[in-house]
Amino acid sequence: MIRVLFFAGLREKLDCAALEVDSGGLETLADLREKLGERGDPWRRALADASLQMALNQHLATAASPVAAGDEVAFFPPVTGG
Amino acid sequence: MAVSVAVQLEAFDVGAEYARLREGNTRDGAAAMFVGSVRDFNLGTGVSRLELEHYPGMTERVLGDIAEQARQRWQLGRVCIVHRIGPLDPGEDIVFVGATAEHRQAALDACAFIMDWLKSRAPFWKKERGPGGERWVEARESDQEALEKW
Repeated sequence: MIRVLFFAGLREKLDCAALEVDSGGLETLADLREKLGERGDPWRRALADASLQMALNQHLATAASPVAAGDEVAFFPPVTGG
Repeated sequence: MAVSVAVQLEAFDVGAEYARLREGNTRDGAAAMFVGSVRDFNLGTGVSRLELEHYPGMTERVLGDIAEQARQRWQLGRVCIVHRIGPLDPGEDIVFVGATAEHRQAALDACAFIMDWLKSRAPFWKKERGPGGERWVEARESDQEALEKW
């Protein structure tokens, strides 16, 4: 399984902070994003946002980053701390 | 403490943070500090409260990495980063960055470097509450551009 986390405005749009996804058939973060989009229109729309950032095991990652069972993936809007 | 990173709900005391940078540290002649505070106005509307969310675990790691990058770039004595999370009122301090060095330029540059990277890499998100309700603060292009000078 892959643990997937959502933060800030994205978490609110999806009404979901975390879920587990079967890693079967998934090779990259782009594949995971595609699979999450199959959960319905709100998911497809929210995840299509080109400004969204991704982290793989708490390091910033890209759509091409490979994923595997046991990974922690996070999707979130551009950061606004400080 | 060569590097100290804290992400906390509680308020911090600038005087106490300064004392920690200086205590027993007679080698460094310079301490530079930056403190960021909650403004009561942003993008044309009043702000009555701020809520800060973060990604526990990744936040601390990213801040530690940024502090280490600063230490590789400049000869620094101590580096301290404190960032608050949770609800904050206008006027409250959000972030403290402090650095000591033998001379001022390294300490000043390190503080600016750490803040610039923190603003565009550390996973924090601000939500503002004001007369029109709540809204998530949007990232600024200028924060990303600030990295180019490093």
